[in-house]
Order: sequence, then C-alpha cells, then structure tokens
Amino acid sequence: MMANEPGEPPAGGRNSRPIGGHAVCVPADIDTDLVIAGRYLRTKDRSLWAAHVFEDLDPGLAPRLKGAVIVAGKNFGCGSSREQAAIAIREAGAIAVIAPSFARIFFRNAINIGLPLIEADLSCSDGSPVKFSLDEGWVESGGKRQAIRPLSPRMREILAAGGLVEYWRSHA
Amino acid sequence: MSTLSERILGASAGEYVDRKVDRAYAHDGTGVLALEAWKNMGGNRLAKETELYLQFDHIVPANNSTTATLQHELREFAKSSFMHFSDIGGGICHQLMSEGIALPNEIIVGADSHSVTLGAFGAFATGVGATDMAAIWLTGETWFRVPESVGIHLTGKFTGAAEAKDLALQYVGILGTDGATYQALEFVGEGASGLTMDERLVLSNLSVEAGAKAGLFYADEVTVAYLRNRGHRVSPQEPEPCTYARELDIDLSAIEPLVAVPHRVDTVKPVRELAGLPIDQVFVGTCTNGRYSDLARFAGLVKGKKVAVRTIVIPASAEILAQTVKSGVLADIIEAGCTIGTPGCGPCIGYHMGVLGEGEICLSTANRNFRNRMGVGGEIYLASVATAAASALEGEITMPEAA
Repeated sequence: MMANEPGEPPAGGRNSRPIGGHAVCVPADIDTDLVIAGRYLRTKDRSLWAAHVFEDLDPGLAPRLKGAVIVAGKNFGCGSSREQAAIAIREAGAIAVIAPSFARIFFRNAINIGLPLIEADLSCSDGSPVKFSLDEGWVESGGKRQAIRPLSPRMREILAAGGLVEYWRSHA
Repeated sequence: MSTLSERILGASAGEYVDRKVDRAYAHDGTGVLALEAWKNMGGNRLAKETELYLQFDHIVPANNSTTATLQHELREFAKSSFMHFSDIGGGICHQLMSEGIALPNEIIVGADSHSVTLGAFGAFATGVGATDMAAIWLTGETWFRVPESVGIHLTGKFTGAAEAKDLALQYVGILGTDGATYQALEFVGEGASGLTMDERLVLSNLSVEAGAKAGLFYADEVTVAYLRNRGHRVSPQEPEPCTYARELDIDLSAIEPLVAVPHRVDTVKPVRELAGLPIDQVFVGTCTNGRYSDLARFAGLVKGKKVAVRTIVIPASAEILAQTVKSGVLADIIEAGCTIGTPGCGPCIGYHMGVLGEGEICLSTANRNFRNRMGVGGEIYLASVATAAASALEGEITMPEAA
C-alpha cells in the first residue's frame, strides 16, 4: 500500500482508523439465499431484511449482529446476485465480513453498498474481539495480527466514498 | 496467446480494466433496487452507448399488490426510457438475450448471477448486483478484473440417456461450488464443437455454480448457423494456444444421469444410487432447461402416459411456448397430466407458485438446490430433463431410459 504524503488524509478515507467488534462465526459456503431468503425480497423495506438476515441458518443470529464482525468460512455469499444480502448484513448492524474467500458478485455488492469485506483466514470464536485496519492491511483476533489481501484500488475508492452510489454522485 | 476472456476484455489475466458494456440487462427482481440506486446516483442520464434491457421474469404475473406496485414503478420507468422492455410472460431474461440478441465478442452484463449463460455465444457475459447495474445505466461502463481461465476439454459424444445437464452437474461436482471463483471457464475440444447451442447454454448456465465469473464457448459454425437463422452474420472465433490456470478433461461418453442432492449443487450422485426415492413435485423449466429442445424431449418421454406426481412445466420464453403449441408438444405434456406456468423463472426461486411444503421433495431441472430456496422445509434435487420425465411418471427418482 502506498504511504501518504505528510499532511494528506489517509488513503482509506473513513476506513483508515482501526475498527473492531465482536466476532459472529458462520460456516463456509453460505449462499445468499441463506443470508436473506427469497420470500423477503419483494419490498424495499431494509428493516425487514435486517430482521430476517440469516434466518434459515440460525434464527437467533440477527439480534447478535449489532456492532459485529462476521467471521465466515470460505466462499461466503455464493449463489444469487441479490444485493439485499449485503444490505441486510449492513442494516442489521454488522461492520464487516471476514472470510478466506467471497463469491465475486457478493464481493462487488458489499463494497458497492459500503460494507467492508476482508479476505483473511481466521479461526473464529463467537463473541471474541476482532480488530482490523483496512488502510494498514491487517486483522487482529485472539492476540494474533495477520495481513489481509488488499482490495483493488477501485474498490478502495468506492468503499472510501461510502459506496458506489456516493462514488458516482461525486464523479458524475 | 490469450484465453477468450482475455481477448474479449483486451487485457491479461489479473489486470483491472474499465470497459464499455455492449448490452446490460436486469429483471423485475434486481431492477427495483437498480432503479433506486440509479436515482440516488443523480439519475440524470442513461448510457446511450449501451443497449439496455429490462425483462420481467421473476414474479410473473405479480403475486400480490406489493409486488405489483414495485413492478408498476419499474414498468413506467422502462416505458418512459429507451430501454428494451419485456413484460410478464415474455420470458426469462437470459433466454430472451439468447434469442438472437447476444453476439460473439460482446461484453454483456446482467443483474442476475445466471447471466453467465450467454458465454455460450463466445461473449464475455457475467452477473452483477443492482448497484453495479445502476452505474452501467448511468455510464455504460464497468470495471473488471480479467479472470484466469479453467480449460474444460470435452471429448466424445453423449451415450444412453445422458444429456448436457448431466455434464454440467458433473463439472460442478468436480470443481466444487467455489472451484472457479474469480475465474472463467472455457469449454473447448471436439466434444464442445459437437454440442448444439441449447446444450452449450446449459453448460454455460451452470458455470456460476462453480463460482465462475463467466463460462465461454468459442463461436464456431454451430454458433454462426444459429445466429444466421436469427438474422445475424457473425464469424467464428479461432481458438489460439493459451495458458489455463487449471485444466479438466471430460469424456462425454462416460457421463451418466446425475442428481445434485440437497443442499449443494456440487454434491452430485448417479441417479441409479437414488432410484426409488419418493418425490412430491417435478419442475421442468428455468434458464437451465426450459428451452424448446428440453420440452420436446420431455414430451416425447411422457406422451401417451400419465405422470404420478404433480408436475409443473414452464417454457423459458413466449417464443418457446408458441413453438410448443404449434408443434403439439404442449398438448402431449398437458395430456400426460402436467400443468403449465407463465414463461419465466417459475418456482425456482420460491417467491410464488410451485412453492414446496414442509418436508416435500421436488425433482427440478433448475440450477440451485439451496436450503429452503423453493419453500421452508422443502428439498430440491437437481437433474436432467430425461430424469425429470422418468421420475414424474414413477413418482420417485427413476433412471431414464436411453434415448
């Protein structure tokens, strides 16, 4: 990652400071049907998606997402292109998702709505603190710090803007 | 020496590029959020450089007033713009794009994961979400990371009752649901050249079930002839030697009828191992297996007989429905005791009609069997058209007879 010139704001914009939350663990290969079921999609009511997020995986999960960092197994967000999956996670209050890999449409969708994704392989313990810095490129859990795979420059710009809508509102 | 994806995107694997999108399409599901995002971006223009399409296929006709109101807003927007619009019953977006619209060498983006289907034409076709689609409406462009490719070398011809769907399930089973994440698939070899366009569409369609960004065939004489019948003159694409990130060899003659068992597309078993499992519903259709050749094959197998379980057959487009009416295929299907739905996605996504009850099992020709997808507590087994026909007649999973 490029060093900043003195006096310049950090390149990561609002994602520059380390942030953290409690871990909520989910398994590998979570598809977007499991994140938000098709039966809840016919609306623009974001609070409905937040209330039913992960319902078919674990109905008790949604209330635990406020301030959480979701720590998932590989291939998180596979399947349907439904952007409501990323929106539901963000609206339920989760601040980021960490996984060894993400399905590519979910990856784009999450960054496009301003939900940070972190590619890293963490062992997860429910409720334990997880900290990360997108700008410095690390994630820390269980007293161990590891490097994360950096986002592409474009994705960093979009995330720094707060999402693709905000990005284009300022670029168009 | 480049892969087909590298040639079309004009850059090497791993590079990030901004590219003009030749055609972009969305449906009633993703279109609602795309419209909202486009308005929030400023929404003062639609890209004239890109052909834009909006096709209603997910909940058709609308199932309640909430859906109807969302569709009304989207329909009015489409009609007030220069977007190409297809209303309820026109057909599934991917199918409509395959009926003489998608062309070789084009960059095509759909707001649906199964937009990979159009790679069958030698186009770079991939899926995005609603906000990416909104940005394409606004600018006509999007960014790509040029993918590495997995070369799938096909040899031989299908034998017995095996069909393209079985081959598709086979390669997803080998690669796994994330076996090609961030990568593209390329189907090559004499086994690929011997496939019809309908068969290629099935193979490209399932590529996202292995996580792939695209699933391409080189345009050849089959592609050229198909598109000539629809009024287009195109040239074949000559494959050149290239480096694949991974290579698979599959002999079509070794493929047998397969089923993907709940709740993963990559948990694939031979039909013979599951024979006798009772089912409650059969569904034939979708962007995977709702084409005329599929329905004609199904009709040929059930004609003059009666299905033993409720069976829903949905043509993928109005054109296909009309063809089945003219040829008599539709009458054969109805007289065998099946029912017909409006051209569209039907029960595949569990929004409306054909939803499963708790504990029910559906044998489906679709492409996804995720938990609760077709209804809470329902289970989905994915299979070919021939397996669907044999199983519908017996009321249990049944090995299809050789064609």
